[in-house]
Amino acid sequence: MAIITVQDLEKTFAVSRRREGARGLIGRLARETVQVRAVDGISFAVKRGEMVGYIGPNGAGKSTTIKMLTGILVPSGGTVQVMDLDPSRRRIDVARRIGVVFGQRSQLWWDLPLADSFALLRHIYRIPEQRYRANVAQFTELLDLGGFLQTPVRQLSLGQRMRGELTAALLHDPEILYLDEPTIGLDVVAKARIREFLAQLNVDRGVTVLLTTHDMGDIERLCSRMLVIDHGRVIYDGDVQAIKERYGGERTLIVDLEEPGPPIDVPGARVVKVDGPRQWLRFHRTDATAASLVAAVAARARLLDLTIEEPAIEDIVRRIYEGEAAWEASTA
Amino acid sequence: MADLPAIYLRLISARIRAQLQYRLSFLLDVLGSFFLTIIDFLAIIVIFYHLPALAGWTLEEVAFLYGTSYVIFKLVDMLIGHLDGLGDQVQAGQFDMIMVRPLGALFQVVTLDFGMRQLGAVLQGLIIFGLALWRVDIDWNTGRVLLLAQMPFSGALIFASVWVAGHTIIFWITRGREAINAFTYGGNMFTTYPIQIYGAWLRRLLAFIIPLAFVNYLPALYILDKPNPLGVPDALRFASPLVAVIAAIVAWRLWNFGVRHYRSTGS
Repeated sequence: MAIITVQDLEKTFAVSRRREGARGLIGRLARETVQVRAVDGISFAVKRGEMVGYIGPNGAGKSTTIKMLTGILVPSGGTVQVMDLDPSRRRIDVARRIGVVFGQRSQLWWDLPLADSFALLRHIYRIPEQRYRANVAQFTELLDLGGFLQTPVRQLSLGQRMRGELTAALLHDPEILYLDEPTIGLDVVAKARIREFLAQLNVDRGVTVLLTTHDMGDIERLCSRMLVIDHGRVIYDGDVQAIKERYGGERTLIVDLEEPGPPIDVPGARVVKVDGPRQWLRFHRTDATAASLVAAVAARARLLDLTIEEPAIEDIVRRIYEGEAAWEASTA
Repeated sequence: MADLPAIYLRLISARIRAQLQYRLSFLLDVLGSFFLTIIDFLAIIVIFYHLPALAGWTLEEVAFLYGTSYVIFKLVDMLIGHLDGLGDQVQAGQFDMIMVRPLGALFQVVTLDFGMRQLGAVLQGLIIFGLALWRVDIDWNTGRVLLLAQMPFSGALIFASVWVAGHTIIFWITRGREAINAFTYGGNMFTTYPIQIYGAWLRRLLAFIIPLAFVNYLPALYILDKPNPLGVPDALRFASPLVAVIAAIVAWRLWNFGVRHYRSTGS
């Protein structure tokens, strides 16, 4: 049972810009209109209760897609069905049944206490009194909001505000939750807490979640399926585990040694870059663990500091392209 | 939909509570709006210091136009004047959050704020209007009472329609605010004078295409028993309610057309 169905979805924006190489006053004032295809024929379906990661580099068309799914934007072509409704035509009916958290935007009342924002949302969504009380009580406990329910939203920390935003998006028991960068700018502890909460929410309430993020950690912790888009097209739709093993399995250990030296030779990793005392060791998770590598490096040189870099979405997208190109070449 | 008035009151009272957190600043705002607008009336007094009448209208009669224009316009400004923040909301992406809530977009934009400071200007308008009523000799009959009683309603609907219709251009031109102000605030100024003093093209545009003449001027011709110098049918003096409803329908359609062309901002 698909709760979201997207078929050949397109969104074209007319962007006006100055003509290149224009001369003279008239030439400089004259503008040409260019059609930019932000979403260029996307199709996918999401089943009820699924948690899907929706990723891609900046400008790939992620947000534009989400905006068409939520009824904010009207598609230029193709169809969208959300709970069997067309969101741009039935915006209000769809809005009643979805929750939205856009990391960069707030749905809370800036100068009112968090609790007052919830109370206003109760009226906006016409939530029955009992349901509202039960939900506020439950989310207050799960997200530990008790300490700042009476604090004006403008005084909340980013992590506190994000927990408030999540609650605000869930008070009316939405069937679908759209999350756009919900962990952006949060510290490790706050991120972990929000991921924990979302995983629990999906299990307890069966909420369907569509998650846009730049953080592979969000996807790994939460989603079993992932959609990768670039230049407005779907370039991967499938298992997160598979893509991770295929493209995202490589991590980088960055070590700061006491003294500059030759590239360290440890089993299971290869040095990809040396910059004075700092070295970059790339390793695949099937060949070595971070802990065994650190131990091996420490045995060969005096180690001052270290970080582990997860593969960036951009890297994965690039590798998917390379992989596809290689695959196409081998089958051609 | 029956509970919309209740939701409206909830949202507005939250705004009022927020504004009253800063009592002194609120009082200064109200006083400021009172004195700033009274300067506009002083300008009219200055004109009459040099002229006995303006296009056949006495100071008291112009004060009648001025008072009705200000009271009606500033009430509308108080209720929906914050529509002029629409460009900023579109630019900051806040309009996205409006679109994902189960209420009409216009309803939500209008409930984002409440211009309580306009109370000063409304009070100022009421005082001038009271003085005008006291000094002008009106030959009261049922028709005149009814015509005066409907003025705030159809006048407010016309001003509100100008506001809403004007702001739909924000969906195409995000920084269109100043151009729109020419018609909203400009409309307020326009309706404080007898409109035969304006040039023909301006009068055609602002009085009849944008039907500002129906706010107060045309009904005032009948209430104050003035001649009809524009050569328009006499029946138009009574047409304000009908014109107001038509203006509202046009504005509503334009707004919905604009919302469907909303483009949102990146990310």
